[in-house]
Amino acid sequence: MTSTLERPATEAPAGRSGIRSPRRPLDRVRDLLTSPKSGPVLVTAVLFVAVFVAGGIRYKGFFSGQVFLNLFVDNSYLIVLAVGMTFVILTGGIDLSVGAVVALSTMIAASLLQSGWSPGVVIPLILVLTSVLGLLVGLMIHVFKVQPFIATLAAMFLARGLCYVISKDSISITEPAFVALAVTRIPLGGGLSITPSVVIALVVVVVAVWVLGFTRFGRTVYAIGGNEQSGMLMGLPVARTKVIVYVVSGFCSGLAGVLFSFYTLSGYPLTAIGTELDAIAAVVIGGTLLTGGYGFVLGSVLGVLVLGVIQTIITFEGTLSSWWTKIFIGALLLVFIILQKVLTARRR
Amino acid sequence: MNALLLRAVSSRLFWPIVMLLLLVAINVIAFPGFLTITVKDGHLFGSVIDILRNGAPTLIIAVGMTLVIATRGIDLSVGAVAAISGAVACSILLGSSDPGSFGTVAVAVAVALLIALVLGVWNGFLVSVIGIQPIIATLILMTAGRGVAMLITEGQILTVDSAPFKALGSGFWFGLPVAVVIGAGIFALAALLTRRTALGMLIESVGINPEASRQAGVRARGLLFAVYTFCALSAGIAGLILTANQTAADANNTGLFIELDAILAVVIGGTSLAGGRYSLAGTLIGALVIQTLVTTVYTVGIPPIITMVFKAAVVTAVCLLQSPATNAAFARLRQRIAARTARVKEAAAS
Repeated sequence: MTSTLERPATEAPAGRSGIRSPRRPLDRVRDLLTSPKSGPVLVTAVLFVAVFVAGGIRYKGFFSGQVFLNLFVDNSYLIVLAVGMTFVILTGGIDLSVGAVVALSTMIAASLLQSGWSPGVVIPLILVLTSVLGLLVGLMIHVFKVQPFIATLAAMFLARGLCYVISKDSISITEPAFVALAVTRIPLGGGLSITPSVVIALVVVVVAVWVLGFTRFGRTVYAIGGNEQSGMLMGLPVARTKVIVYVVSGFCSGLAGVLFSFYTLSGYPLTAIGTELDAIAAVVIGGTLLTGGYGFVLGSVLGVLVLGVIQTIITFEGTLSSWWTKIFIGALLLVFIILQKVLTARRR
Repeated sequence: MNALLLRAVSSRLFWPIVMLLLLVAINVIAFPGFLTITVKDGHLFGSVIDILRNGAPTLIIAVGMTLVIATRGIDLSVGAVAAISGAVACSILLGSSDPGSFGTVAVAVAVALLIALVLGVWNGFLVSVIGIQPIIATLILMTAGRGVAMLITEGQILTVDSAPFKALGSGFWFGLPVAVVIGAGIFALAALLTRRTALGMLIESVGINPEASRQAGVRARGLLFAVYTFCALSAGIAGLILTANQTAADANNTGLFIELDAILAVVIGGTSLAGGRYSLAGTLIGALVIQTLVTTVYTVGIPPIITMVFKAAVVTAVCLLQSPATNAAFARLRQRIAARTARVKEAAAS
């Protein structure tokens, strides 16, 4: 990691003393790497490839298409969560309630399916409920000027508590249609396959890329993160947009909960503790600036893949225990935040 | 009369105290013996003492958190630090030949607190030297810290059998539970250090504007180091009490969600998360409100596991009451009453 940190520093004097010509390829590479917009994403992409290649060299059977696809299969819920979190962080906010909302969605799904409801009713119901929760959080933040951190903390308490209200034990899901959807594999040829969850997650990603990149709403989200005051003075619908990002995050958390219950086929109040941190870590590692304004959804997907690769390597290693995952994620988070600091400081 | 009432309502401690009294009243109605305190073998017993004892770890962490929040920061890593300090102490006790001796326990406690101190310095370094936002800087230790604690306990729950260590959690000292004595000591220390000297004002000035206070000659960086270190140290102490209470170190569950309880106590106490102003007395009341709430839930016969819903309700209520929108509404009300009294006076005069 130190080499990537040092590179801009060693190249800087040459650029500063010589005549600056952006057409030179080396300069353009440097500009891309030191821009707060694309720099962190590129570094993450390089890191992902490096870690994947290192894994392939070290472990037999690591370099297979299925290992790569399993990154998506195992982390489809986290991808959806990270997408929602990207919207929130782009406006300069934060959502600490996502892990608890995932747990709440699995609980609602499990308990309603157990009492004989149809999945066709349960899944839309969950999505509506979690979106409404997001709406309430958004209103609390906007109307009452409560800090996002505290408002989502309250939502987190509420959602975790409601999990226990539903049941304090694990409920397994046996509803045939739901189980069928969960165990289906979609063959891609050559012995490779994915699950419907991956398809859903990728659809969410595509929609999010379109919304953030090509709609007025998306541009307002970036504008708020850049400078809320200016956005307001420009006549952008700041209030509405700020509330809607929390609705988006609530919806994504609900959907992630559904995907998570496909994955585990049960509801349990203690699931997904600390998942909000994984989602935030994925977004940050994916190059979204925590102060808002810069970042890409695809970067967040890349962030999830980096976390997934680390998890896979730890599984392949066998002797390494699960706690190393947490330590690695913490260390990566640190490195990337310092990187963001360095990149944004150079531009100022 | 109206003016007096209005001044009481606008005091920062008004709502927390009302909430505490309300909770106590509910308890007294549901359980008439709630306020009685009995003396057995020279030790005090009773529901109120239980509240004080069980609330002590939250209070200790909340005191540290208050100072951090006063600098416009936040420390999310306190739960992880508590788990690490408990894990360190238990693994030292387990590794020694004589875990029951006073000396061994003293060494274990000292090493655990030293490590908590180092973690606090680390947080302070990230915030003040590197300049990372506090919420993110401490998020790193929150994530990685649980991993470190598991590394120390090797993923197991370490059960220890040591009488002096156990006393930290459930022993008595001068008739009072040891945890309460420690909590009161730390509270008094923080109050004396920051309110009897200029330290508190300097901390607040850093919270209002770090750059301006640095230019005015305040050592902002050193103060940030100091508050994060103090917060981690108090988390370490709370972790030891929690671990001693269970006589076991559980890397996953010791101090789980305690950072949220501590922040909640600070917020209930009227300290603004925007920094710059803090109230230790408010934090004390906040911690008592939380613990009394938990006890009330037990007393009234609601399944205790649902407490989190009530905590959510309290956070929401407090935040909404403190919000600028509500304050503006109160200000309008106050103006209207003042205008009406003025009109009544005019009418009386003419």
